[in-house]
Amino acid sequence: MDKIIIPKPKRFKRNLIILSVIFLIVGSGWFAGFNIFEVLTHLYKGGRLLGRMFFPPDFSYIPNIVAPMIETIRMAIVGTAVGAVVALPVAVLAANNFIKTKWLHVPLRVVLNIFRTIPALVLASLFVAVFGSGAFSGVIALSIFTFGLVSKLTYETIEAVDYGQVEALMSLGANKLNVLRYAIMPQIMPQYMSYTLYGFEVNVRAAAVLGYVGAGGIGQIYETNLAWRQFDRVGMIIIFTFFIVLIIDLVSSSIRKRLV
Amino acid sequence: MIEFKNVSKVYANGVKALNNINLKIDEGEFVAIIGLSGAGKSTLLRLINKLIESSGGEVLFEGQSVTKAKGKELINIRRQIGMIFQGFNIVKRMSVLSNVLSGRVAYNPTWKTILGIFPEEDKQIAYRALQRVDIIEKVHNRASDLSGGQQQRVAIARALAQQPKIMLADEPVASLDPITTIQVMDYLKKINVEDGITTIANLHHVDLALKYATRVVGIKAGDIVYDIQMKNVNKEKFFRDLEMVYGRSIQNDDVLGANNG
Repeated sequence: MDKIIIPKPKRFKRNLIILSVIFLIVGSGWFAGFNIFEVLTHLYKGGRLLGRMFFPPDFSYIPNIVAPMIETIRMAIVGTAVGAVVALPVAVLAANNFIKTKWLHVPLRVVLNIFRTIPALVLASLFVAVFGSGAFSGVIALSIFTFGLVSKLTYETIEAVDYGQVEALMSLGANKLNVLRYAIMPQIMPQYMSYTLYGFEVNVRAAAVLGYVGAGGIGQIYETNLAWRQFDRVGMIIIFTFFIVLIIDLVSSSIRKRLV
Repeated sequence: MIEFKNVSKVYANGVKALNNINLKIDEGEFVAIIGLSGAGKSTLLRLINKLIESSGGEVLFEGQSVTKAKGKELINIRRQIGMIFQGFNIVKRMSVLSNVLSGRVAYNPTWKTILGIFPEEDKQIAYRALQRVDIIEKVHNRASDLSGGQQQRVAIARALAQQPKIMLADEPVASLDPITTIQVMDYLKKINVEDGITTIANLHHVDLALKYATRVVGIKAGDIVYDIQMKNVNKEKFFRDLEMVYGRSIQNDDVLGANNG
């Protein structure tokens, strides 16, 4: 029998990609001034700091954390709600299958993409400059961030709806609004709710640091305690925030799993 | 009742779906349209309620131009034309009742239908439609919980709720097993005979056309090549005639009975 000879796959392209990635990582570290020896020499200092933060944390400080934590969650809830509610109609306009006028959804998408690229922290510092410090600026920042996130994901979902159901509604004489209500909404609702919950999860985490730029929430007391070098309190805030975020993430993602 | 006058359809990608179709369908007929896939059957059906726009010619519904109709006029035509599909196309994430009630949207003000408000008499119409296809006991189920045959019956109920003059059926049984196929076809026939609703169905299986239709129209590459009233039609001759429509002999796949064993 003849020997079957299969030519070896050409690996040149793959090897080039691997080399480039290694080069990119090493190069970036080099230019960023990253130095492994520096890390090792500072490990001792870092260890001591961790010791002061967590062994033990200041449990008596918990009552002072609760109120700002609640404010943080409240900011996240309001920010998410406002952003998500505005996102829904905008997503409908931005989808290319419901309204087929290009001049509307193309610019709209550009705007949405811009909103989504700006980190909530940057938005917050902008709004603190405009509205002054406080939770209000934080809420607006979170709303805009949520709006960008949820509207983008939702319009993509709208574009992927089963057209058969839309066609059926059109065939029985439904106008655009009825098509939206009876064929599109039922299809996208679970995903939309899921995106909103995901936005909430992200917002709780974002809201926890917004105080750093003066936009309310737990970040503010975090900053104060760092300034006073009360590391055991800072440790307590971190632990507390960690557990709250963890619980919210667990609850929210389990709801999301059931939705879709 | 429906008239095609020199109707043609060329899709944007250059595909010629229909060439110069002339066809007249009378009240109460049960017309089966047969032909190979891609022959233009679905296009023909969708021109009747303007889900697809024609490239030339005119379609008339009770003397009124569907081709020229727009806005409220088009909605007024469409609500009198029920349609069911191969993929059922009921809204799976809604209840059976909501699906059937959605057949009434064109008879109610939009602000009410958006809020999901339907008058009691519309609900009665919906219940009766569900009763008609023997699925009233599923009225509060989610549509996605139903089997394929049940979903198609809900789709028929939704169309019935429109109180239509015509029923269009685009490959209504192509996704169903042989037993459910017969059930669904029986319902379509019952509605056609008892309510006098003109029915136009694209069918894949030629023996279904033989059994249920009062008239068979054959389409080949966008042309009507066959049109016969089914009274006193001889089965052997019918099958032989269809070879012209299919451009080949009738095979097992073209017949439901053969699949059924």
